[in-house]
Amino acid sequence: MTPLETLRVAVYALLRNKLRSFLTTLGMIIGVAAVIAMVAIGEGAKAQVEQSFASMGANLLVVQSGTTMAGGSRGGFGTLPTLTWEDLKAIQTEIPSVRYAAPVLRSNAQVLTEDQNWTTSVSGTTPEYFEIRSWSMASGTFFGQSEIDGGAKVVLLGQTVVDKLYGPYVDPVGQMVRIMNVPFQIVGVLAKKGQSPMGQDYDDAVFVPCTTFQAKIQGGLQKYLSGSIFVGAASSETTARAQAQIAELLRDRHHIQPGIDDDFSIRNLTEMASAQQEGTETMTTLLASIAAVSLLVGGIGIMNIMLVSVTERTREIGLRMAVGAKPRDILAQFLVEALALSFAGGLIGVGLGVMSAYRLALQFGWPTLVRPEIIVIAVGFSALVGVGFGLYPALKASRLDPINALRFE
Amino acid sequence: MTGNDSFIVLRQVGKIYRMGDVEVTALRDISLGIQEGEFVAVMGASGSGKSTLMNILGCLDRPTAGRYLLAGRDVSQMSRGELAAIRNRMLGFVFQSFNLLARTSAVDNVGLPLQYAGVSYRERHQRAEEALRQVGLADRLHHHPSQMSGGQQQRVAIARALVTKPRLILADEPTGNLDSRTSTEILALLQELWRSGLTVVMVTHELDIAEYASRVVMMKDGCILSDTRRQARVADAAVESATAEAVL
Ligand SMILES: Nc1ncnc2c1ncn2[C@@H]1O[C@H](COP(=O)(O)OP(=O)(O)OP(=O)(O)O)[C@@H](O)[C@H]1O
Ligand SMILES: [Mg+2]
Repeated sequence: MTPLETLRVAVYALLRNKLRSFLTTLGMIIGVAAVIAMVAIGEGAKAQVEQSFASMGANLLVVQSGTTMAGGSRGGFGTLPTLTWEDLKAIQTEIPSVRYAAPVLRSNAQVLTEDQNWTTSVSGTTPEYFEIRSWSMASGTFFGQSEIDGGAKVVLLGQTVVDKLYGPYVDPVGQMVRIMNVPFQIVGVLAKKGQSPMGQDYDDAVFVPCTTFQAKIQGGLQKYLSGSIFVGAASSETTARAQAQIAELLRDRHHIQPGIDDDFSIRNLTEMASAQQEGTETMTTLLASIAAVSLLVGGIGIMNIMLVSVTERTREIGLRMAVGAKPRDILAQFLVEALALSFAGGLIGVGLGVMSAYRLALQFGWPTLVRPEIIVIAVGFSALVGVGFGLYPALKASRLDPINALRFE
Repeated sequence: MTGNDSFIVLRQVGKIYRMGDVEVTALRDISLGIQEGEFVAVMGASGSGKSTLMNILGCLDRPTAGRYLLAGRDVSQMSRGELAAIRNRMLGFVFQSFNLLARTSAVDNVGLPLQYAGVSYRERHQRAEEALRQVGLADRLHHHPSQMSGGQQQRVAIARALVTKPRLILADEPTGNLDSRTSTEILALLQELWRSGLTVVMVTHELDIAEYASRVVMMKDGCILSDTRRQARVADAAVESATAEAVL
């Protein structure tokens, strides 16, 4: 028999028992749908993590001051200022793998307009900071070197702050706000950046020149840089090298003897990103393997029904053999039946899985991502299950003895 | 009497069934030759080995001893696949219990052997229709077995046996499940096939059925008791039924 003919016979046989065929496929449908939906959720989470790390800034290192030692209890990093403005300059000029380095002095303060107020994070920094974070402007301009040198009273607002103070769709560039009773002119509004991987809103912040911050918000110029230094490495390959070189430079500058702890910390955010990604990948694998178990159960269901079907149709098999069916014709027929069941189940399952991934995204706001490879893999795997679990019943059918099969009651 | 040139040649054929430690000898030392164009009736008591003999003749089973030559070819050593091909091309089977596929139309039932002969769907349908016309069922093409009488079902089965244009028809008690009037109709059909040149071997319990054959082989305990050639009685369904009605 030609393959097409075999398929026709198999489909015909399955359609004679529509309800049973459907119930048999149900296991497969649910299995494949579960795999598709679970992987979509996992992939969606992964894509979200990737995207939020990308928005954090590429090849980012954060250098912070050391810790205080008060009566034997150590404070966190950054509690004791050890970094100096000279350190910053040295990092900028002496390490070739560093592309940008920017100071970030941070404080929480109230920002006031004529009739509104909003407490937010106020940071003093330099224009390089926005390069490191690949953060662009929605309107207006960044402040430049002359504003830094002159300690100009200019401010950049994040989107959330604009929303809170002026409402959406308002461009406040040129207006005045007061921070700690000092009037600042708004020179720009930053583009929306979204959430950090830890769920913090990047856009709930305002930025002023670091010199202005020191003079007006911190109060008085200082030798120490009481904040952190954000470093953008030249590329992702050089990030780790830049980290080591900065550590070496700072230890040297701070005269730290070998064997003594650093009085600063350097965090590599690329590393954190890949750790997080591994986490979501583990989750995807876990979800997918749970779903794969249901696929397996679906396969066993097919095997069960195929065995029942072989027993039930023993006389039919005997007759087919009597009129000229070769063992391999019978083998092919039952194998194709199992394959058709699982393949149809796979296809319907893909439809259902994609639909439920879409529903989940809509209903719970979960990010889901259905990749075409997963569909191909799921359908291919379900076909494999069909062949795997259909083989035994089909072999059993093909090995029947025609006379005994014909006599079977 | 068993010339090597016969259509069917059995030489010292034996068949022993083994069930655990018990051995049942169903056939012992059977030698038989059947020429092309004979109509052979096989008779004998229940358990005498008639069906066993038919199964071997029909290549459904292999002898445990002896040789079986069909149209000059030794089939006793063939593989399952080769036997299937022989059954498909050379033989047509008619069973006592019809053995039609349920919920399957007459044409599709009749076309079944052609599926395994690699005949296209359209040609299959055409030839099945032709075979059904030959057995007088041109108006029942799309009926399912459950929608037909026993005699009609057996005629569908005969059409199925005919459709591959075999040289040998094997019928194991083809009228066993039918009343006498329908039996005569089936016999008339088998005689018609025989007259057109086919070889027919038929098992029956009833003497008056065996009378329609040109040769009667009597079996007992797995052996051939007697083998007689005779003048076949002409089966005429019309005459038979007319007589039956007259009697009533
Ligand atoms: N599959 C089998 N396994 C074991 N013994 C068998 C088998 N088939 C038949 N026999 C035995 O072989 C002998 C011949 O059986 P067979 O079916 O050929 O008889 P038969 O002449 O066709 O009888 P009936 O007229 O009742 O159909 C019997 O004794 C039977 O019990
Ligand atoms: Mg019998």
